[in-house]
Amino acid sequence: MTQQTRNRVIAVVALLVAGAGLAFVAFGNLGENLVYYWRPSEMLAQGERAYGPTIRLGGQVQPGSIQWNEEHTALHFRVMDSEAPDAASVLVRATETPPQMFRERIGVVVEGTFDQSQVFASNRLMVNHSNEYRAPKTDEDVKKMFEEMQKQDATTAAVGKK
Amino acid sequence: MSGLMNAVLQYGSAAAALVVVGLGIRLGRKWAPVDSQMDARPMLVGMSVAALVLLAVGGWLGLVWSPQDREMGDVYRIIYVHVPAMWMAMLTLVLNFACCVSYLLKANWKTDALAEASAEVGLLFGGFGLVLGAIWGRPTWGVYWDWDPRLTAMAIMLVTYTAYMALRRFVEDPDKRAVWSSVVGIISFANLPIVWFSVKWWRSLHQVQSTPKTVDPEMALSLRVNAWAFLILLTLFLLHRYRIALATREAEVALPDALPPDAPASRDGNSTEVA
Repeated sequence: MTQQTRNRVIAVVALLVAGAGLAFVAFGNLGENLVYYWRPSEMLAQGERAYGPTIRLGGQVQPGSIQWNEEHTALHFRVMDSEAPDAASVLVRATETPPQMFRERIGVVVEGTFDQSQVFASNRLMVNHSNEYRAPKTDEDVKKMFEEMQKQDATTAAVGKK
Repeated sequence: MSGLMNAVLQYGSAAAALVVVGLGIRLGRKWAPVDSQMDARPMLVGMSVAALVLLAVGGWLGLVWSPQDREMGDVYRIIYVHVPAMWMAMLTLVLNFACCVSYLLKANWKTDALAEASAEVGLLFGGFGLVLGAIWGRPTWGVYWDWDPRLTAMAIMLVTYTAYMALRRFVEDPDKRAVWSSVVGIISFANLPIVWFSVKWWRSLHQVQSTPKTVDPEMALSLRVNAWAFLILLTLFLLHRYRIALATREAEVALPDALPPDAPASRDGNSTEVA
């Protein structure tokens, strides 16, 4: 076997190894073992098994659920699966200052422990950002606002007629 | 800014970058070899000036002209360097993969030299992008780092290409070095698609890739101009690094016995002691 042929065999083997590795990761259903965070419903479905170990919980901050206790520097809020009215949610207690983007409806990932009291004690609060980048007020926003105002006017007018 | 200005910026930056890439390839062929008699100074100066001008324009677009982001304010502006840096890293490592495969199919010192140059420059841009990402992560996510799939895959990628560079320094026989590092390069490359798709395949802290639809047009324009500016910078880095690699190879391969044991060429790094 000449050196050239040997190198080509090596190339094919290396490509096969790389391809197999990639295929394993891509199609090997690693997703089940590689979960960066649980959604509230998934964590609750684990029942008692979720009590104790350090886990990550991810979801959206439920509107109206944020409570900041200045005296004890404790932050309470609920993390929900989705905006659906019957979506599962979990109460989270965090003791650190949240990032500036923290607000209602924003995606969060919290790391900490869950126990029988059904409160998730977070010691690491992270905020998710979407892949959208927008100027503060585009024409579209103004248009949308205007349309909404008109709609409201129409409904109030209709109610008024009744 | 008028539509005309936008078009000029968009197409002008793209054209400038593509011309520089073309020149870079030409200089790589004609000027980089050790025995070249070519006077490349005017072209190199021109390319460097193009890089500086476009980086300045990109910087102005990104820092001044582009609007703030609705949620992140000014913090988001780091996107104009973080994303181009990562794109260039990906591009360069694809080039490294092509060189590794090509070397094994047909041995050629030029391919080996380009593989060395591209791995090192790719590592540079990747490391730069990673640090920028961490700086961006602190104010937005609240943390510099977390072991989410994207960040972890990217960290692994930097480690594997560092290993690739280390291997190249350890192996003294140029033939063996070229073959072995090609194998490592090919296997390391399997991670690149994982890095790219990690945000789609698994839940992560890092957001999925943006598209022109999810980015306001002004921001997209600034990002494009900056990416082209980075491409010019990348071309220059690759060109110079390739020239150095080629000269090193030339010294090793053409005159293996002419070099005294303590010659400066073989004294850099720990290669002599290890092997």
